[in-house]
Amino acid sequence: MSERLRLNPIACEAHGMCAELLPERIVLDEWGYPIVDERPLSPELVSHAQRAAQACPTFALLVERRRA
Amino acid sequence: MNRHSATAEFEPVAESPSQPPAPGLPRLLEGVPAQGAMSLRAHLDTHGELPPVPRRDRRAGAALIDQIEQAGLDGRGGAGFPMARKMRTVAAGRGRPIVVVNATEGEPASLKDRTLLETLPHLVLDGAALAARAIGADEAIVCVCESASVGSERLAAAIAEREHLPGRWPQIVLNTAPPGYVAGHESALVNHLNGGPGKPTFSPPMPFERGVRRRPTLVNNAETVAHLALIARHGSRWFRELGLADQPGSTLVTLSGPLAYPGVYEVEYGASLASLLDAAGGTTARVRAALFGGYAGTWVDGACLPRLALSDAHLAPHRASLGAGVVLLLSEQACPVAETARATRWLAGESAGQCGPCVHGLAALAHALEQVCHGRTQGDAMARVEQLAMLISRRGACAHPDGAVRFATSASEVFAEELADHARYGACDACARQSELPLPIRRSVITAAEPVSPMREDRTIQLP
Repeated sequence: MSERLRLNPIACEAHGMCAELLPERIVLDEWGYPIVDERPLSPELVSHAQRAAQACPTFALLVERRRA
Repeated sequence: MNRHSATAEFEPVAESPSQPPAPGLPRLLEGVPAQGAMSLRAHLDTHGELPPVPRRDRRAGAALIDQIEQAGLDGRGGAGFPMARKMRTVAAGRGRPIVVVNATEGEPASLKDRTLLETLPHLVLDGAALAARAIGADEAIVCVCESASVGSERLAAAIAEREHLPGRWPQIVLNTAPPGYVAGHESALVNHLNGGPGKPTFSPPMPFERGVRRRPTLVNNAETVAHLALIARHGSRWFRELGLADQPGSTLVTLSGPLAYPGVYEVEYGASLASLLDAAGGTTARVRAALFGGYAGTWVDGACLPRLALSDAHLAPHRASLGAGVVLLLSEQACPVAETARATRWLAGESAGQCGPCVHGLAALAHALEQVCHGRTQGDAMARVEQLAMLISRRGACAHPDGAVRFATSASEVFAEELADHARYGACDACARQSELPLPIRRSVITAAEPVSPMREDRTIQLP
């Protein structure tokens, strides 16, 4: 099992919370929309990623579990 | 544009259309009427009866899918996905499947689906019925753009004509989809059919998993199902008699630009571009470049065109593909920079407005190209185009931003010299020429709130 971040670009409204909470994996583009690194998350980042997903006001950030 | 144009006959075509069918071209466009739609009787005389597929007969359905697999029929909507594989996935899905035939053709440079609807509606309806029978669907929805009124009238008339055909299943329904470049996107169409706006949705689930009414949905382009109508009659071997081993059969190509007879042609995969241009009466001006695959496609330099053949394998070295079968020639009189900037601005306006990178990115891309065109650049303008391309790619819910980026970046490679000239010296004489690339008037232009002067009012065209 490995966790990855995924973004729903339709739901995203560029609040930018995710980049504040998970700068290791998310940076904002020049318009404030997140650029998400979708490679598998290392174990120590998973809880931070989940916190970032929960903080998104539009639930646009998803932590997906996939079989490695 | 000459829509009811003849086919490009690269191989001698036998005189009589009787069985067995002539080996050459045309296939789809066999007996295409010069005016109006082909009647049901003429259609059956030309192609023969539709082979029966018993209702709810899984084995007969599976045999038809096998036949399509052996024929090697790929989707003709642009993505080129193997049809048999899609059909199997939908047939194996949860719930009774449903068929959607996508004839919305939002690509302004393509007229092939509209040509099929307006002249050969029974070929599309045959294909829709067969696709439904093969996967066990009891309903097929044919989606036509609401602006294609002639096409939808003729399709409705053709559906009525088939009332008395034996084995009347599935039910075929006509649906009008909203206009727009992205409205024809698979998920946007399903969204519209489910009562939502005609805008793409976040996927997965993909339509083949959960689509119209949450059922597994087979979405196919109109031309794809038209091929199916002929494969079911003549078999997979017949289909492979034309074309290449890895891209068999024939395809419809919308050819436009400085030509004696632009129009819709049926060509064999692997035929040379030169033979297609000959069939269209030759070029009427020197050609600077050709756009393959429409506004989500790729420019190929004019110098490469004489040796080019019409197949994805031949186009791959140029990073191009036939897409939905669009070949658009740009003459040397046109300004490629102004044309690219205009088309990119149009593409930006066609964004569904849902995803930030598409909304802001395409507008910025269009702006950057306009600045280059007018010579108002600060720093390295082309580096900005490259940077935006990297920033936008693969960040939308649908492929629209990626297509626009492909169009703009291939233009910046093929027209590098002209772009550098414009960045340095500003607009050229050809910039003011009328656009060669066909672009519909943008809705935002029509609704723009500017005072209407009496002169403009005089020019207003009265619609009946």
